[in-house]
Amino acid sequence: MVANGPMMRLLPRLSEDVAFYWTSGADGVLRLLHCNACGFFIHPPGPVCPRCLSRDVAPKAVSGHGHVETFTVNHQQWIPGSDSYVIAWVSIDEQPSVRLTTNLVDVEPDDVYVGMPVHVVFEHVDDVWLPLFTPEGVS
Amino acid sequence: MSPPPAQEPLERRAIISGIGQSDVGRRLGRSDLDLTIEAAMAAIADAGLSRDDIDGISTYPGMGAGTAGFGGPTTPDVQDAMGLSLNWHDGGGEGPAQMRAVMAAALAVAAGLARHVLVYRTVTEGSAQGTGGRQGIGVSSGGGGMPRFGGFMQWSLPFGAASAANWLAMVAQRRMHEFGLTREQMGQIALNARRNAALNPKAVYRAPMSMDDYLAARMITTPLCLFDCDAPCDGSTAVIVSHRDVVGDLDHPAVGINALGTALRGRPSWDQFDDMTSMAARDAAASMWERTELTPADVDTAQLYDGFSILTIVWLEALGFCGRGESGPFIEGGAAIARDGVLPLNTAGGQLSGGRLHGFSLIHEACVQLRGEGGERQVVRPGGRAPEVAAVANGGGPIAGTMLLTRGVG
Repeated sequence: MVANGPMMRLLPRLSEDVAFYWTSGADGVLRLLHCNACGFFIHPPGPVCPRCLSRDVAPKAVSGHGHVETFTVNHQQWIPGSDSYVIAWVSIDEQPSVRLTTNLVDVEPDDVYVGMPVHVVFEHVDDVWLPLFTPEGVS
Repeated sequence: MSPPPAQEPLERRAIISGIGQSDVGRRLGRSDLDLTIEAAMAAIADAGLSRDDIDGISTYPGMGAGTAGFGGPTTPDVQDAMGLSLNWHDGGGEGPAQMRAVMAAALAVAAGLARHVLVYRTVTEGSAQGTGGRQGIGVSSGGGGMPRFGGFMQWSLPFGAASAANWLAMVAQRRMHEFGLTREQMGQIALNARRNAALNPKAVYRAPMSMDDYLAARMITTPLCLFDCDAPCDGSTAVIVSHRDVVGDLDHPAVGINALGTALRGRPSWDQFDDMTSMAARDAAASMWERTELTPADVDTAQLYDGFSILTIVWLEALGFCGRGESGPFIEGGAAIARDGVLPLNTAGGQLSGGRLHGFSLIHEACVQLRGEGGERQVVRPGGRAPEVAAVANGGGPIAGTMLLTRGVG
């Protein structure tokens, strides 16, 4: 088994545009910014919908289900003391053009494949809930 | 040949009149300004100019950018050190990759803002990193309380995706999935670079490397191993971009700028770009071919960015040297990209073996080849013909630029 991520989590600043995203997992739900005018999920979040330019945008809950689009097993000690861990781009089922860079957890690297169905789990660090993903069937 | 563009691309008013390069090494222990002056003086002399002829300056990435040893001296540093009196000056890190500095210079010359522009790129990453190895972006800023991150790094740093190595490993993995790319195919980029580096006295790694060596190297981030990643080094490369009406004054062939490729039509993002197998190289290359009557079949040598081997593989397809998804078979065995192959590639060893001079060593080598000054590594085309057209590409991922250079002006 590899680690769930680097030895130390470098954390995002909870600035106005993104605080909802990084704290969404407090109630176990993943939320993405959503355009109320055209229905587009906007990620990374911003003050305007890049598809229709509406400013009527607000966080909206998603199912947390997604698929592994690609992945890598990192061995380099960017953050000293880390064991190997799996980084992935996971697409969100509600709008697969949205991809989250994340870690895959509770999975053997050899079992990971492109197209693997996964769901969100959150790692709570300080005031941030990091969305990580684990294979469907793992709670 | 394609139909000519409706209007002559204005970059054709510019040429590369001179080239220069400092000493290059893993750790030279010299300042970035010192290396830059060495390269700049060499380029000015090569162009047959004097200091007082230089009326423009341009660099990438400019002030305050990147990890230690990455940025090089600013244009004010170099202007003041060399006593330059300038009509135009520019430096910055946003744009079509490292060669944005050459592109900006060409456009300034075409617009008449300057006549002879000194363009340089300097790195001292080898010395700055010491023996500690390559740093992740942003990771080194710790100490004295935990920093928090905004901007694009906030989306990857929390997950330990701290380097382009991680992001491009995912591009490579996706290409393995979609196109069946193999590690042995990817290794041909590294082996080709090493073979060519043996004929480049300035290359930082010149000892022979076998496929077994490549496959046995330690993994950085799967499927990229150590030899898929370029080598941090110290060095400076400079070119002089001049108006084409000085062609007759040169004692060597002018290098014409035939077309620039600058587009970014997809999203400017590593993880949100629509196609995970091509990214911005696709757009930059397409926009370049839209500006020229030349075609991929006219290219005699390609100097394609190899900060990571997978980027070269992406560029080969983006520029149309092989079909989409076909770069693996194209480079299989290495014959096609050898100096005597259909597409002589990275003939000075690229960055994988030449050292991470960050785009500009590729521009420099394209000029060397077009001028016929490659010595032992000079490309000779079938029939004994010297190279006439070179494609150069910088960057990859969400930041890409490319240009087509020619021996002489059309």
